[in-house]
Amino acid sequence: MIINIWLNGRQLTREIEADLLLIDFLRNNGCYSVKRGCETSNCGLCSVLLEDKPVLSCSTLAARADGKHVYTLEGLQPQAEEFGSFMADQGAEQCGFCSPGLVISVLAMEKELNNPSDEEIKEYLSGSLCRCSGYMSQLRAIKLYLDRKGAQEYERN
Amino acid sequence: MVSIERFVRVKSLAEAYELNQERMNTVLGGFMWLKMGNRKIENAIDLSGLSLDTIEETGEEFSIGCMCSLRTLELHEGLHHAFQGVIREAVHHIVGVQFRNGATVGGSVYGRFGFSDVLTCLLALDCYVELYKGGIVPLHEFATMKSDNDILVRIHIKKDGRKASYQSQRITRTDFPIIAAAAAKKDNTLFISIGARPGKASLLIKDDCLLDENSADDEIAALAEWARDQYKYGSDIRAGQEYRRHLAFVYVKRALQEILRGVTA
Amino acid sequence: MSAIDQPVRKKDAMALVTGKPVYTQDIAPKDCLVVKLLGSPHAHALIKEIDIGPALQVPGIECILTYKDVPDSRFTLAGQTYPEPSPYDRLILDQRLRYVGDAVAIVAGENEKAVEEALDLIKVQYEVLQPVLDFRRALDHEVIIHPEENWKSLAPVGADNRRNLCASEEVEYGDVDQVISECEWIIEQTYHTKANQQVMMETFRTFTHLDTFGRLVCVSSTQVPFHVRRILANAIGIPKSQIRVIKPRIGGGFGAKQTAVSEIYPAIVTWKTGKPAMIIYTRRESFTSSSPRHEMEIRVRLGADKEGIIRGIDVYTLSNTGAYGEHGPTTVGLSGHKSIPLYGKVEAFRFGYDVVYTNVMSAGAYRGYGATQGCFAVESAVNELAAKMQMDPVRIREINMVRQGQVMPAYYGEKLNSCALDRCMAKAKAMIGWDDKYPCKDMGNGKIRSVGVAMTMQGSGISGVDTASVSIKVNDDGFYSMSIGATDMGTGCDTSLAQIAAECLDCSVENIIVSGVDTDASPYDTGSYASSTAYVTGNAVVKTCAALRQRIKAEGSAQLGCPVEDIEIDGEKVYRVDTDESISLKDLANGAMCGNSNALSATESFSSPVSPPPFVVGMAEVEIDKETGKVDLIDYVAVVDCGTVINTNLARVQTEGGIAQGIGMALYEDIKYTEKGQMVSNSLMQYKIPSRLDVGTIRVAFESSYEPTGPFGAKSIGEVVINTPSPAIANAVYNGVHVNIRELPITAEKVYMGMHKEK
Repeated sequence: MIINIWLNGRQLTREIEADLLLIDFLRNNGCYSVKRGCETSNCGLCSVLLEDKPVLSCSTLAARADGKHVYTLEGLQPQAEEFGSFMADQGAEQCGFCSPGLVISVLAMEKELNNPSDEEIKEYLSGSLCRCSGYMSQLRAIKLYLDRKGAQEYERN
Repeated sequence: MVSIERFVRVKSLAEAYELNQERMNTVLGGFMWLKMGNRKIENAIDLSGLSLDTIEETGEEFSIGCMCSLRTLELHEGLHHAFQGVIREAVHHIVGVQFRNGATVGGSVYGRFGFSDVLTCLLALDCYVELYKGGIVPLHEFATMKSDNDILVRIHIKKDGRKASYQSQRITRTDFPIIAAAAAKKDNTLFISIGARPGKASLLIKDDCLLDENSADDEIAALAEWARDQYKYGSDIRAGQEYRRHLAFVYVKRALQEILRGVTA
Repeated sequence: MSAIDQPVRKKDAMALVTGKPVYTQDIAPKDCLVVKLLGSPHAHALIKEIDIGPALQVPGIECILTYKDVPDSRFTLAGQTYPEPSPYDRLILDQRLRYVGDAVAIVAGENEKAVEEALDLIKVQYEVLQPVLDFRRALDHEVIIHPEENWKSLAPVGADNRRNLCASEEVEYGDVDQVISECEWIIEQTYHTKANQQVMMETFRTFTHLDTFGRLVCVSSTQVPFHVRRILANAIGIPKSQIRVIKPRIGGGFGAKQTAVSEIYPAIVTWKTGKPAMIIYTRRESFTSSSPRHEMEIRVRLGADKEGIIRGIDVYTLSNTGAYGEHGPTTVGLSGHKSIPLYGKVEAFRFGYDVVYTNVMSAGAYRGYGATQGCFAVESAVNELAAKMQMDPVRIREINMVRQGQVMPAYYGEKLNSCALDRCMAKAKAMIGWDDKYPCKDMGNGKIRSVGVAMTMQGSGISGVDTASVSIKVNDDGFYSMSIGATDMGTGCDTSLAQIAAECLDCSVENIIVSGVDTDASPYDTGSYASSTAYVTGNAVVKTCAALRQRIKAEGSAQLGCPVEDIEIDGEKVYRVDTDESISLKDLANGAMCGNSNALSATESFSSPVSPPPFVVGMAEVEIDKETGKVDLIDYVAVVDCGTVINTNLARVQTEGGIAQGIGMALYEDIKYTEKGQMVSNSLMQYKIPSRLDVGTIRVAFESSYEPTGPFGAKSIGEVVINTPSPAIANAVYNGVHVNIRELPITAEKVYMGMHKEK
């Protein structure tokens, strides 16, 4: 079948198999930031934005993204660098294999939650597993990042 | 993984229904669980184009499209306030936000899974399933029906003023429950549902319930014991039968306390 | 100091957080054959017949290999220094299948669908044999798991394949039976730890191809590139000179990738077909056919005098190595050698063990490497001793703990040159508020809050074995390139070793570029395991920098025309101490590239006769639901003595990450098999690692000693941090509800059942 996807702002028309998963479509089209960590929808490594919402690209048929906007980190480099530098300053990325999925979810959280508490942050991101960091450094990075964004917002107003 | 020959975004429920009469065809929900099987599907029927992904609220009820995501369900303010947050409580443990953005209400209910938080919770409410051919069926009846080739179109939850509570215990916070219990009360009728036993949830109704906010702990406990004894329990990888049986008592009791006194003990 | 004890960003950090394609699968050629394995459905069976005819007919299938197609020479997948203590008990494919998932056939084809189809079409007739599934009954079982004649053990580890015995030993110091018999207080208990999975986020994966010279190039997510070179040579039966191993970025290892789990399969496909080939393990395969922690059952006997001085410790460990012996003979040693020496007043000890084969997945290396299991057992026994004596478990440690300057008979007689265990204990106690919270507080809402404690030690590399080499050269404009053979697997050693070099060379960390491992180009290193990198490779960096400084000085003396004794370097320039005449490092380096006969480079190796232990004190605060037994972790405090901290961020994150893994082991992670030996917990759906909602708050502090033999006083940190959560949380549970959980994980069900059994 043929699908049209707006991938990172660019329209792509591709012939695909009906059971192609979005993760494989994305990797086949050069989006290597999208990682696979399990087959059971548990790890969150494959998270991408589908119509601005974070979804598991391993559990989404590419066919279902037909006509829709998909963003991966390849299309969000300035945002990834901005938040990522807070991660880097904590050493929170460690092996980095789960980082792209986490970054996607943090960017989505930032839009969805206003001034979240620690518990709200943890809950929003609980579908992004990490085995290296023990999560604390990520929480530090996220809070510092949100604080700075908040301060910038405040100054602008 | 599951294999799919054709992906069909249907234009109408009639088209979906017709396709679904073939054994090799299947309706796609969120595709979260379906993808893990080894089924060979000829036509995967996608209902995404039928505007069934929203929640409509009227004075009498909530009408929830089958393609509504669990995340939409979780965030709906009207639902949240109508039932004291039980739906959010039942849904927010499920894996993670990304998962709940993909998983659908229709898939969760249609699957009638033993581990289902959604089913356990909705059973305690005045909830109905709207089937394309079968019409409107009470959820507790639907839960016991065999899977057939009908299409689950919507879920209807009546605003009948029930007070409800949802309780569960898990090994990790985003795991399946090892027990799930929901209770609701309207006038003198109690609605109780216990799932993840590990068998699927079913509804228990107790009329003439005279418990109120002044009832003693042991009266509440006695009712929880009675409710517990109406169900069968089993063992699986997560917990043993005896422990589940005990948990069923504890969480029904806590649900009743919450309904009656507005606090969890 | 400028570069040491600093929160330097990892050199690869921004590439990782912005999702750059730097991992094995990301950099593989597009035309790699897809390689997959057919796994045995039986725990123990012989292949009677295998028909690959129909499978070969599937369009796109390139090759299918069975036991008939591979060399009949046994080897081990353990990434260890030759001669490996692990027995040579494997073939690439064997006629005998020893666990559910053991490889029956290798299928390679153009795409995944073709390979999946071919896998379904392979027809195998099995002779199903009785499996040995209970490791307590494996020794001298009538069923022998490795009856083959060409099984061999290269090292004297007490192995006997006819007895299902992978290793066995007993050491005794003093007369432990006599000493314990004289004691007022005796504890004897048995503890059981399961085969935890490392669950690094990147599963096992490797791709291979032939280079211009017909050599086999293996790009793999591995912790042990040099060992992989030897393992592939052994397995395929080709000279080591024909193999090149490259390590790209790794998505986590934790010891899993100290075993060559995935490399042999694409390697033999490429060697046979000449085509590039890649294997990506599914998460399920990573669970069922890999290298988890050794399951152990540990019996501990402790004796203490009436004041609580622990005089004798007797430990016996039964370890389950599963179907093959990778790391079997070595992990078990740490269960005693890293647990007993913590108690410095012990007059006598005995440590014995047996490691047995069974028909479950082979075990391997997992962070902690036996010390974790031993820590749970011995620390739990000490906590039970304290409880029996009605003594504070912190107090019993304070009066018994090993102190700096002591000789440790249970730790190979090593002298403890650096130890801040006492300060770690004091700090942890203050951080968690032990004196206020011990043993517990009833919260009045059906919940009890309680605290628990444990302490631990590990090593810093394998003494007399681990070898690290480092090469550094001076380049144009005076920047340095450093080649290491140690493998950064996300831990950040490319950065922390550059910090050490920067400190030695008086330059910025940015002025040192680091090349990861390519066995053709990198200097030899045993690899990143056994907590060796900071200490062993770090020392090699220090040594290499010293040699390089001499070379730079020599070049300076030639250019400035004075004896080398009069030359000094300050990082920016080389100068004469007598005249202050100088030449910038930039000019010197550029000059060295024109008409120069002295290489401005140095390579040095380092191996240590000792393995100085780092220490951790862990304290847990939990909340227990009295009605359900559910344990919620509220707070975890870990205070670490890893000597000098090289990178404050990375050390902290290593600790937090290790604690979180330890929490997973303590509370959630459980491997379960059916009665036929099929693994049930074979996915992240069933094997529950902690999410960020499940680890409470983890708080970390450092109390550094100074290790005189370490680079700038440093010891290791990678492994020691995983050990304390199991015994500390078990202790907290006891202090709350008086239930001793002696088998991990500590589930609500076990706590509840315990509360109702003991009452």
